[in-house]
Amino acid sequence: MSQLWWYIGIATCVKLLLIPSYHSTDFEVHRHWLALTRSLPLSQWYSDKTSPWTLDYPPFFAFFERFLSLFAPLVDPKIVHLHDGLNYTAPTAVYFQRATVIVSDFCLFYAVHRLGRNLGPMARNLIWILVAWSPMLVIVDHMHFQYNGFLLGLLLLSISFLMEGRDLAGGFVFAILLCFKHLFAVAAPVYFVYLLRHYCWGRGIVRGFWQLFVMGTAVLAVFAAAYGPFVYQGQIQLVLRQMFPFGRGLCHAYWAPNFWVFYILLDKVLAFMLRKLGFSIEAPMASFTGGLVGDMSPFAVLPLVTPLTTFVMVLLALSPCLIRAWNKPQRKSISRWVAYAYTCGFLFGWHVHEKASLHFVIPFAIVAVQSLEDAKHYFLLSIGIL
Amino acid sequence: MEKKKKRKVEAADAMPKSSEANWQWLVHRGTRPVFLVVSLFGLLIRAAVSLHSYSGAGNPPKFGDFEAQRHWMEITLNLPPKDWYTNSTSNDLSYWGLDYPPLTAYQSYFHGLFLRFFDPDSVALFTSRGYETYLGKLLMRWTVLSSDALVFFPAVFYFLYVYYYGRKGRNTCDIAWHIAMLLINPAMILIDHGHFQYNCISLGFTVGAVAAIFSHKDLVASALFCLALNHKQMSAYYAPAFFAHLLGKCLRRRNPILEVYKLGLVVLGTFAIVWWPYLHSSDAILRVVSRLAPFERGIYEDYVANFWCASSILIKWKRLFMTQSLKLLSLIATVSTFLPSMIQQIRAPSGKGFLYSMLNTSLSFYLFSFQVHEKSILLPLLPASLLARDEPFLYKWLTHFALLSMFPLLHRDGLTLPYIVLYALFILFFNTMPGSKDLEVGKSSAAFRYLIGVALLCSFSLHIVYLTVTPPKKYPFLFEAMMMMLCFVQFVLLAIYSNWKQWRLSEDFTKSSKEKKLL
Repeated sequence: MSQLWWYIGIATCVKLLLIPSYHSTDFEVHRHWLALTRSLPLSQWYSDKTSPWTLDYPPFFAFFERFLSLFAPLVDPKIVHLHDGLNYTAPTAVYFQRATVIVSDFCLFYAVHRLGRNLGPMARNLIWILVAWSPMLVIVDHMHFQYNGFLLGLLLLSISFLMEGRDLAGGFVFAILLCFKHLFAVAAPVYFVYLLRHYCWGRGIVRGFWQLFVMGTAVLAVFAAAYGPFVYQGQIQLVLRQMFPFGRGLCHAYWAPNFWVFYILLDKVLAFMLRKLGFSIEAPMASFTGGLVGDMSPFAVLPLVTPLTTFVMVLLALSPCLIRAWNKPQRKSISRWVAYAYTCGFLFGWHVHEKASLHFVIPFAIVAVQSLEDAKHYFLLSIGIL
Repeated sequence: MEKKKKRKVEAADAMPKSSEANWQWLVHRGTRPVFLVVSLFGLLIRAAVSLHSYSGAGNPPKFGDFEAQRHWMEITLNLPPKDWYTNSTSNDLSYWGLDYPPLTAYQSYFHGLFLRFFDPDSVALFTSRGYETYLGKLLMRWTVLSSDALVFFPAVFYFLYVYYYGRKGRNTCDIAWHIAMLLINPAMILIDHGHFQYNCISLGFTVGAVAAIFSHKDLVASALFCLALNHKQMSAYYAPAFFAHLLGKCLRRRNPILEVYKLGLVVLGTFAIVWWPYLHSSDAILRVVSRLAPFERGIYEDYVANFWCASSILIKWKRLFMTQSLKLLSLIATVSTFLPSMIQQIRAPSGKGFLYSMLNTSLSFYLFSFQVHEKSILLPLLPASLLARDEPFLYKWLTHFALLSMFPLLHRDGLTLPYIVLYALFILFFNTMPGSKDLEVGKSSAAFRYLIGVALLCSFSLHIVYLTVTPPKKYPFLFEAMMMMLCFVQFVLLAIYSNWKQWRLSEDFTKSSKEKKLL
């Protein structure tokens, strides 16, 4: 463990030096959420329209921002003022926010420590380097500004529990993670199938049902703790609508390199060729490069893609993995399956950000240290993504 | 239980010594990946420090060193070389006139071309004074980063290659640690990439000269050192060491006069090439020289940890003596303190002795010379870093107090956070030294360790006091003075120790040559 502190020390030093670097609108988003959760009561968190950056993460993240906002007034009360703090970028705000990301990264370090505990020294060092010193994570979290280190720490923690055979703990932590950021739900089918098969099946009917009951209760308890207060306020529909803004269009303003890009290109090429051949093709009403625009069909030739279509495609892509997980639930393959699940989600998902690539590159680091083949794949993947 | 025990035993066997374990993942692939990884990390740290503030940021009318360098680019770009050092309507020497030798001017010219290509307004004559924009700062930082990468880094690799080539019992972990010590040098990074200067160029040429000496290419060494001298006249702090070592080597050759003649030719030739635009008249040469040695500024400025400033508490030098007598006094003091080191090298020149000699002469100059700046501590730090493998404690101690002596300057520039972070990085990398358990301090007496503890405690508390407490009105520079006193004492102790070590080397030399004679 003392050796890990050396890696943590170096990483923290680099992050501290990057404090004055560029930060994107995500900085203002999180600052606004600090102000929002501090100044307004729970019932107005998801309905407030003071700023265009409305809360679109699940409730646990809102509680997390609330917790952080306890410390902000000690540094500078204007950070958490709802109206005066809008677009506030004074050094105090920058230092405070950057510090919260640096501190929350310790969750990631703890998870990496747990993962490396039972490995040989070379593999352990490599995992520490690939995860704790991941350049993608540093760029996205400490420059662009997000809290991915903390969330990925929870994911890796859950994977480490599963790899040690502690299924209940693993499932519990994953449920907590889902209530922090619902984007991680892409791996939920893998978890569901694996836990069902490994934890509940094959121990006899009574024991199996008991395990299922225990796991179900744990997960439901987590969801109740998160969404309970909002169900009580009758706001659950509003919350779900905020969390799943499907009106944002198939592709983000900056296209993520996924399957739908090919689909769009194919559509354009076909339209062009068919026009040349003499067919009359109407020009589409909406555009892809326009960014966040509504639901009108931007496709000229190929059928419209709806959120449901993408959902089905993701499930189809996942199915080989799910079948394998059902037939042969091996503990050591869990990180590979989770990485694969997020890759499918990235390729076929609706409104995917490039940043979502972090979700499969980081768990894949665990796989990468297992064999040279995997290491080569990891290298290509991470370079390609950068 | 048995499985756990087995695993623990296996783990203990497989685990290398803790201090080397940090390098193991890198080192098992050989030296080239080590060079690559550490230098890339060094560049990353330099780029990250560049994000922070610089000297004189947002501080009209004079600003600071950043504006001075930008102004020199403006002057060299827009005026012909003969006007660079002359006072005229276009070149007002009182607003940051050039006070470095011509190589700095040529370097400013090239960097000025680069700046003009991307942002002409930043180097337009007159109108660009006090020019402070994001693009301007970015371009300026790029000039330092590129100079560092093109001059200092290759010189370091050349040195390490020559130093460790054929060395018995060398260990890739040693080399890795030494690279980290040379490239992650907190003082140099903070001054060059934070405060804003181009020490990397003159120090890079110096390291190149040292490497050439180690590979027995004396002519190349003198040419490189002359280039360093022509970039910053402070490189003259090393001149006695180079002179003594090369003279000592010449005297041992078959035809000393010829060797000296060859060296002299190379030196004169290099100077002639660099000073070419000014060689047409002695007037022009003198004009440049008068800019290089601004004696009218007094024996010391601000608070620097040298003899004159420290003893000025008791003896008010500026009030008691004229500048002429002070010049003579400082010359006598400096020469008498570096003379023993020079004599040792002339009598018994050796590679390691040469490095000690560089350290000793630069410390003598720092402590006793005229018009020394706090930034000049970078000059003794360089040979200490080259010697880091043999004198790790000396290097660590010198770095610590060098940083302390520059702390007020860096704090004024708004570089407190990079200061803390770079110091932390230095300690983290220092502690990965292979065989750190055999460090001298561990073997030393309790009294020594107690003194070390006291000194460290004093320096840490001075940092905190300086940041938090306002000094009394009667003595507004009380804390700077206290820091300088502490640093001065440590530097004197280090100078004494290093001189002693250099003389010890010559004893070993004569001992071994006596043994050879007996055999």
